[in-house]
Formats: sequence, structure tokens, C-alpha cells
Amino acid sequence: MLDFRGLNIQGLAAAINDKPILKGIDLKLPQGEVHALMGPNGSGKSTLGYVLSGRDDFEVTAGSVTFNGVDLLDMQPEQRAAAGVFLAFQAPIELPGVNNANFLRTALNAVRRAHGESELDAVQFLKLARAETKRLAMPDDTLKRNVNVGFSGGEKKRNEVLQVAILRPKLAILDETDSGLDIDALKIVADGVNALRGPDFSALVITHHQRLLEHLVPNRVHVLADGRIVRSGGPELARELEKSGYAGLMAEAV
Amino acid sequence: MSATTTRTGAAGFLGRYEALAGKLPGDSSLRAAAAAAFRAAGLPGGTNQRRIEAWKYTSLRQVAEARFQSPTTPRHEAETILAGLPLLNAPRLIFVNGAFRNDLSVLPGTGFACFFAQPDFGTLSWPDREPMVALNTMLTQDGAALTMPAGHDGGIVQMVSIAAGNSDIHPRHSIRLDRGARMTLLEISAGQGNYLLNTVAEVHVASGASLTHIRLQDEAAGAFHVSTTYADVEAGGTYDSFTLNLGAQLSRTEVHVNLTGPGSIAHLNAAQLLAGSQHGDFTSVVSHSAPGCTSRQTVKNVLAGRSRGVFQGRIEVARHAQKTDGYQMNQALLLSPDAEIDAKPELEIFADDVKCSHGATVGELEADQLFYLRSRGIGEAEARSILVRAFLAEALDAVANDTIRGGLEIAVEGWWRRQRA
Repeated sequence: MLDFRGLNIQGLAAAINDKPILKGIDLKLPQGEVHALMGPNGSGKSTLGYVLSGRDDFEVTAGSVTFNGVDLLDMQPEQRAAAGVFLAFQAPIELPGVNNANFLRTALNAVRRAHGESELDAVQFLKLARAETKRLAMPDDTLKRNVNVGFSGGEKKRNEVLQVAILRPKLAILDETDSGLDIDALKIVADGVNALRGPDFSALVITHHQRLLEHLVPNRVHVLADGRIVRSGGPELARELEKSGYAGLMAEAV
Repeated sequence: MSATTTRTGAAGFLGRYEALAGKLPGDSSLRAAAAAAFRAAGLPGGTNQRRIEAWKYTSLRQVAEARFQSPTTPRHEAETILAGLPLLNAPRLIFVNGAFRNDLSVLPGTGFACFFAQPDFGTLSWPDREPMVALNTMLTQDGAALTMPAGHDGGIVQMVSIAAGNSDIHPRHSIRLDRGARMTLLEISAGQGNYLLNTVAEVHVASGASLTHIRLQDEAAGAFHVSTTYADVEAGGTYDSFTLNLGAQLSRTEVHVNLTGPGSIAHLNAAQLLAGSQHGDFTSVVSHSAPGCTSRQTVKNVLAGRSRGVFQGRIEVARHAQKTDGYQMNQALLLSPDAEIDAKPELEIFADDVKCSHGATVGELEADQLFYLRSRGIGEAEARSILVRAFLAEALDAVANDTIRGGLEIAVEGWWRRQRA
């Protein structure tokens, strides 16, 4: 088991204010793969993202989560980030008074420090950040603005992907990063994530739509319903769901 | 200077005045009137004193119970403290335990005199106006008189108070800008020990003149700091002030601005960062006494530990002060469940065509924002510091001069480091 490279979730249950949300999730995401997580609203997809990244208002009541053999659940959020876990928020948080470039550089240097790497100075950082904003077709003032303040829905999502590109996580959890994006932006975001694909990068892509998965083709698709994975399959499962919806599938699962 | 004496409370201050009577510079009848006023009022919150509304949230009982000495001349501390301050390459007037130190100062080209070298003891701060002003008037021995002639740009002038030991110090300053003159006054106070610094400044901004007045209060942890400023602003003049309170176990910054001429402007911005058992009080009174004047005020409080912040802000609009534009905002960020803010905004409006608004917010750091930062790898302490600085940014942004704002940011960093240590 310890030899497994990637995310290994076993029997995970979690609650908020004593209300169970996750009711025993088993999911293996080998390093190097992209898995999609689909399912109806309220099934627990976002909760899973939060629990994996360490948000403390969710209480883990059972189960285990390891990433590359290391227990994630014992770690603080910043330690999980240092271990390579990144959650792209469904609703990215606005930070008035915090400059985006300073935020990104502070985060990058915190992660680099945790890895025993040297910090980047402002000049080195800006060179890197400008190249990435350009690649994601983001406006020039992105780095000068306050984090997510006054950003459109699409700009906020792209700002999350910019963080993925700069922080280079080993496991990116993308929580409905495609919602609010037009088709061009969707392709840019998918290309941005595809560019990171490799043996030491994996992604858990939470989405409602097959559209993103046409550009960002997953190795596996899982369907979450009422806090449990009810079905897993290949990319064709997403297409099937797009056609028939969750209702039929859930009837089948019961 | 007379021999060192140790004394306590209002009676001690009065005893010292009596011992010095006749030997103090300036108008002795004004001193006598001040002594009578101080004898009647006592220290706010001191024993057996009637309650004063203006001091509802701040008690000087600790000052009444502390033992102070008449100011001594410290040896090396002053230079050490001075070296640690974010001073600019600009004229500096250095006061050590209240006494002007020519040897440490760099005089401005124009307009400086020692306070008692000029005839005017004070016109705006009549002795019985406030008990602490009465105390200052009774015992003050030195200070600065800065006078900028008409049309002159005095640039930046730094005025620094260094205190050491457990003296009580009562500086008295006069700042006068004649028609169309300009100046930026950077007032810094710091020190070591359990002293009392009780400053009074009178500011006169003539028509079309503009004074930017920045205060950095970074006193010793055991110090008491009371600063009272009276400013009057004539037609088209601007009094643009910013106060950063970081130090002292107890501080009270009190600013009274009277907009006497049409179209005059006052900015009374401030930030207070308090921790441990610190008490910080920012009190202001803006009087719109002429039509078409503008006042702006944003006060931000960051309160950690068991600290207590006080904001009292009063806007008075006279009957004929039509087209007044007044804005006041007080915000507090509570970093601990034991911290506390008392806010008392007051609008007193007698004119009918005015635009006056005020608001207040009290809150904690947003859990969502903290989690967002931490999920990006930023440790909790650093994440909190980022969010506190972001909260302060709007207040500090009111300081237009980049170099001065940079100095204030360094002082804030220093405060933050002390909290983590």
C-alpha cells in the first residue's frame, strides 16, 4: 500500500455540524493520471475537495487519505500544499488589499522553502509570472490587481489556473473550474492543465460538463452521489452521463 | 533643571509646579491659570475626580498611580533609540526627554525656533480646555515653533521625541503656515522606560496653505502617551493628518480641527495596532465653521491580546456651514476574543444643506480568506499577517508620500515581529 504513488482515499467519511456529507469514499488516483469527478449537486464533490485540502470546518469521521504514501489528514492546509496538493476553488476568495503578484510570490516561496529550495526574488518571480499570464491569455494588469477583487467569474477561474501553473502542484483538484468560462477560455484552461500532465502530476477534475473533458481527457471518470462513489468508468462514462443524466444511473445504483 | 523628585498623581505635578513657579519660561499668569484648572480637574479617571464625558473610555488612573521623575538627561540611550527609527534624509528636530538637542538635530533652512524663543504661548489651547492641556501648560519647558512664510514650501520636517527613564515630559509645539505655504511634518515618538509624554501642538494653516501631519507613535511598552493637537484651517487650506499608534501601554491621541474658512479641508486618518494589555484612544473633533468645507476620516484598529481600542469622532457643523461634506469611518479587526473596541461617533449638525456620513465595522479575520492563503502553502502566522496588513492598507494608502508610507510600513512590520517574538 505504501508503495502506491498518488492519491489513495479509503472509506472516507466527513460531516459538517454533525451532518454526514461523505459516507465512505474509496478512490485511487495514480500519479500521472487525470480523473474526473461528476455527480449531482449536493452529492459531496466540493466537500471532498475541501477535506483533501484541509479546511477545518469539516470533520473527518472515518477513513484515511494518503498522497504518495503520506497521511494527508494529519497535516495543516499549508503542509498539504507543500506536499503538492492544490485545490482550485469553485468560488475563489477575494483578498482586498492583497496584491496578486505578492500573494503568488509569497505562496511560491513558502512552498519552495518547504522543499528546501531557494526563494525567488521579485525580478525572477515576475519573469515567471508574466510568462504564465501570457500563456493563459490573462490581461496585463492581472498581477497588479488585488487578489480576485473586481475579477469577472472567468478571470477568477483563470487566476486559479495561473496559481496551478506557478505553484506546480503534484495533485490539482479543480472544483468546477470550467463553470463561468466561455468556450475559448475553457480551451485555454484545459491546455494549461494539459501542459502540466506528466508522470508526477495528477488531477481530480470536478465538473458537471462533458465539454471540459473533451479538451482535458480523463483516464477515469467517477460518479459521486449522496456521499459515495456509485460508479467508475472510462471517458465514455462522461459522454453517457451527458446523454442520459444522473437519474437513470442512480436508479441503477440502488 | 531642579533636583530629581519622585512624586505621584495630580498633587505631585502641582507640587512640582509650585517648586518651579517663577523659574519657568513664558507667561506666568497663563501657567497659574493652567495650574488652577488642573487642580480643579485632576487627572481624568484619577481618584476622587468627577467623570468627564470626553474621557469616558480612557482612564488615566495608571498615570495617577505611577511615580514619575522630573526629566533627566539620558546618556547613550537617545542615540541608540534614534538609530532604530525610520528617519528620512530631511531636516530633523530632536528632543530628548523634552529638551531640544541641537547636537542631534538638522535644522530646516527656514522657520525653526525653540518654542519659548517666540512670544506666542498659545491661542488655540486655552489652559482649561482639557485637563492634560492644563497640565502641559503648567509644566512645559521646551518645544518647537515652526513658521513657514507665505508661499514657502518647507518640504519634509521631522520632529522626534526620544524619552528614557520614568520622567514626565510636556512638550509644547507651534506650527504656523502662512498663506499658500506648504509643509510635511513627520512627528515620531519613541523611547525606553515608563515615562509620560504629554504633548500639545497648536497648528495654524492660513488660507491656501497645506500641512501634511504624520504621527508615528512607537513609544516604549511601559510608556504613557498623550498627544493633543489643535488646528485651525483658513479658506482653501488643508490639514491632512495621519496617525499610526503602535506603542505605549496607554495612549490617547486627540485632534481638534476647526475649519474656519470656506473650502478648507481636513483629513484625520489613523491606524492603531494594539496587543497585550495596551490601550489606545484616538479622539477627534472636527468643527465645520464655514461653508463648503470637507472632512475625511478613516480610522482602522487592529486589536490583539487583551487590548482595548477607543475611537471617539465628533463632527460639528455650524448653522451657516452649508455644503459641508463630512465622512467618517471607523473599523476594528479583533484578533482575539479578549480584545475590545469602544467607538463613539457623534454628528452635531445645525446646517440643513450638508452631506455627512459615518460608519463603523467590527470583525475578525475571515476564515475563508485564511484558509485560501494557507491552502496555497502560506503558514498560518504569515497568512494572518498578510490579512492584517491588507486591512491596514487602505488607511496607510492615505499617506501620499511613498517614502514616508514606506517608513510607516517598516514600523508596522516591527510591531508584527514583536507580536511573534
